[in-house]
Amino acid sequence: MKNPFENLDRVLEHRVRLQIMSVLIANESYDFNSLKEVIGLTDGSIASHMKALEKEKYISISKSFIDKKPNTKYKATERGRSVFKKHLDALEELIKLQKK
Amino acid sequence: MKDIQEYEKDIASIRTMMERSVKFISLSGLSGVLAGLYALIGAGIAYYIVYYPNPPIGFRLHYVNEQTIVTNLITVAILVLVLSLGTGFWLSSRKAAKLGTTIWNKPSKQLFKDLSIPLVTGGLLIIIMLSRGYFGFVAPACLLFYGLALIYAGRNTFAEVQYLGFIEIGLGLLAAALPGYGLIFWSIGFGVMHIIYGSIMHFRYDK
Repeated sequence: MKNPFENLDRVLEHRVRLQIMSVLIANESYDFNSLKEVIGLTDGSIASHMKALEKEKYISISKSFIDKKPNTKYKATERGRSVFKKHLDALEELIKLQKK
Repeated sequence: MKDIQEYEKDIASIRTMMERSVKFISLSGLSGVLAGLYALIGAGIAYYIVYYPNPPIGFRLHYVNEQTIVTNLITVAILVLVLSLGTGFWLSSRKAAKLGTTIWNKPSKQLFKDLSIPLVTGGLLIIIMLSRGYFGFVAPACLLFYGLALIYAGRNTFAEVQYLGFIEIGLGLLAAALPGYGLIFWSIGFGVMHIIYGSIMHFRYDK
């Protein structure tokens, strides 16, 4: 049998990134400020994780203006969704193995 | 590589994030109880305006046809609505502060949007009914549209909200089938049910 550790995604091993992806999987799209509120972190630290996720093409960004204020929306890409699912399956597999 | 407990925490945090980002969790149970009390007081006043000194059970539709009575009833209804919404907003923002979140966030905006579509539709229909003199269907319409709104919007908050919606629809249909008992069904739906629902929610989530 394949080792489930191999299926874990390195990028998503970081909990904040995993949390950001969870929000974007559960919702069609999410804006930066709402994301910040749900996860409960400062602008700077979230922004750096968003950049990492964007670099891996797990998320896509669309910028627009609402009442002349910039509004940044994030979405999970197809690639992000499949990587997240694989990572989650691997986590479940690991915990199952542990309980045997 | 991380410890197995860390992976368990990862899974737990996925669940929390998904729930918190979709559901409005600051809805206060106590505000439901108070809204129910306002509704019962309002229904009591309405009873005095329409029926007094007759008992509330009985076919008394013709009493409602006087213009001053209708105006008084509408004033009472608007007061109950404003007080309930005000209390709901106040207590929910207190609960939100305690939970370390805000009342006006993405899930609550979605909840508000989902609630307002069926409620505004129902509200406009009721205004049309009042202006055309179909008083007997006002109470059932209130209950039915409120029930539909709760079921539709319930997916963005506690699941119990949807159960309350089904009960309101049942009461609305009963009220439509039994004309003349509108005030009784309205008091059960908006008064008694809110008090029961609010108490359950208060002890389940706010303690």
